[in-house]
Amino acid sequence: MALFEALLELADDHLVLGHRLSEWCGHAPMLEEDLALPNMALDLIGTSRTLYTYAGEVEGAGRDEDALAYLRDEMEYRNCLLVERPNGDFAQTMLRQLYFAAFMEPYWKAALESPDETVRGIAGKAVKEMAYHIRHAGEWVIRLGDGTEESARRMQEAVEELHRYTDELFHSSAAARGVDALPDRAAIRPEWDRVIGEIFAEARLEIPQVPFPQQGGREMQHGEALGHMLAEMQVTHRAHPGAVW
Amino acid sequence: MSGEVPLWEVFIRPRNGLSHKHVGSLHAADEVMALNAARDVYTRRGEGTSIWVVPSKAITASDPDQAAENFEPTAGKVYRHPTFYEIPDDVGHM
Repeated sequence: MALFEALLELADDHLVLGHRLSEWCGHAPMLEEDLALPNMALDLIGTSRTLYTYAGEVEGAGRDEDALAYLRDEMEYRNCLLVERPNGDFAQTMLRQLYFAAFMEPYWKAALESPDETVRGIAGKAVKEMAYHIRHAGEWVIRLGDGTEESARRMQEAVEELHRYTDELFHSSAAARGVDALPDRAAIRPEWDRVIGEIFAEARLEIPQVPFPQQGGREMQHGEALGHMLAEMQVTHRAHPGAVW
Repeated sequence: MSGEVPLWEVFIRPRNGLSHKHVGSLHAADEVMALNAARDVYTRRGEGTSIWVVPSKAITASDPDQAAENFEPTAGKVYRHPTFYEIPDDVGHM
């Protein structure tokens, strides 16, 4: 069942971050971003759907995408802590997006060589979306980091706040390791370091030392924020099981 | 925020062989951000294969007060339309 566990880690990362981005809908600082953020949210939620569906098939217990997304509690979610962090200000949201996309783009690129045909299919679509997310979030990080006094201060504060959560991107829980169908998370590190290093240099941001990286999400130990988010995300499905459009 | 951010005109080419068409405008800090925003605002339903963005201030528009002298004189010159030729039957559809 390591494949099932690994697919859930991926799917939970995508759904939780997708839901976080969707919270900006109607609240973004400008109309253009009010469309861009839900666009990116829909990319992530779309990928999570195919991952949940495949995970359900692998599990073979009759759970579909809705059962996995809406009928699991916080203590059953495997997402890394980074993606569940509250949106904060626009700088934090863009930085979180850059951190995640800079991991997922090389991850999906490696997954294009997977022996598993379904994984190759998901990767082929997602890799283009993640390349765009890096570009979109990266351009904002550069402009805010190397922008006004206030934007530079906020961007550096976002780095101080979120960088400690990035280590967990490169980890899987013990139950999800050793899956041939999916790339090794730890192997993505050099490419992630390179992309973040280039963007930070242009943004004039310092990469902080992180003596104590924050993790636990993969082991289903979450911060306070996730429970509130899931309550809102799941309430309709739990109140009206099986409801359709 | 939009008050400080420049305005851009967006042109999209729907497919190869057609020309770029004006689709609207948006606010963005510079040309790179304008291209990203144009992608997000105007190509969400598969509308395009290419995007141009042009600073709105780079466009010089004709004066609406001169519309009469600009455009009305052509109204009486029907001979400028290519409709006075007999097209031989074997040419077919033109």
